[in-house]
Amino acid sequence: MDGLFYIASAIALVSTFRAVTGSNAVHSLLYLTVSFLASAAVFYSLGAHYIAALEAIIYAGAIMVLFLFVVMMASYGPGRETEEKRVTRPGTWAGPAALAAILLFELVFVLTDRGLVPEEGRALGPKAVGIALFGPYLIGVELASVLLLVGLLGAYHIGRK
Amino acid sequence: MATVPAEYALGLAAVLFALGLTGVLVRRNMVYVLMSIEVMLNAAGMAFIAAGYRWAEPDGQVMFVFILSLAAAEVSVALAVIFRFFHRTGTLDVDKASSLKG
Repeated sequence: MDGLFYIASAIALVSTFRAVTGSNAVHSLLYLTVSFLASAAVFYSLGAHYIAALEAIIYAGAIMVLFLFVVMMASYGPGRETEEKRVTRPGTWAGPAALAAILLFELVFVLTDRGLVPEEGRALGPKAVGIALFGPYLIGVELASVLLLVGLLGAYHIGRK
Repeated sequence: MATVPAEYALGLAAVLFALGLTGVLVRRNMVYVLMSIEVMLNAAGMAFIAAGYRWAEPDGQVMFVFILSLAAAEVSVALAVIFRFFHRTGTLDVDKASSLKG
């Protein structure tokens, strides 16, 4: 259990550093995705299973796709094909792929060795989170839904021609 | 079996937050600034998770769900603004965004 945390946090630090200091936007986005996946592994090792799943789905999935969408749209034009070839060279994705492979090994280890699952006492599953969310924090859930609606309308209004 | 001290998780969150803050202050490309803000939001959420882990309460995870929805709403609006800005000026330089007009 400890090893999972330490390896994942090392990957998170390295990939975040590479993402923030990189010069190629697509390259940095790959590192940032790996960083969020490593954060998901950290959350899992801290017993927050539900949050680990949310981190992988929403941060590493949805938000990164939004970023990639804008980066691709903002950099199209003449010379795009050579740029495309340059980005898809192994040198671009080899680093993030290696870090993601380490995370994959961690995932396989956790899936095969049940001893690595966080102990019952410290792990808080989706049930406890859901009871808290729709009990004392119900107003917060309503406000978050209004915030998401406003974000949707705002993005539509700003983004239209 | 030994468990991870919550202080280590808090330290990791602090270092990630510092990395994101450095990115916001140093980088001049808008996409990188926004990425750094995402890193900072994620680090703040990690601090909440560490606190929830320390006291074995679900409140930390609840706060992370709120941070997650905040980040999703923020990034959609910010990316729309960046997209408009790029179409208007042809650049993503933050320093070029020094004049605003309605």
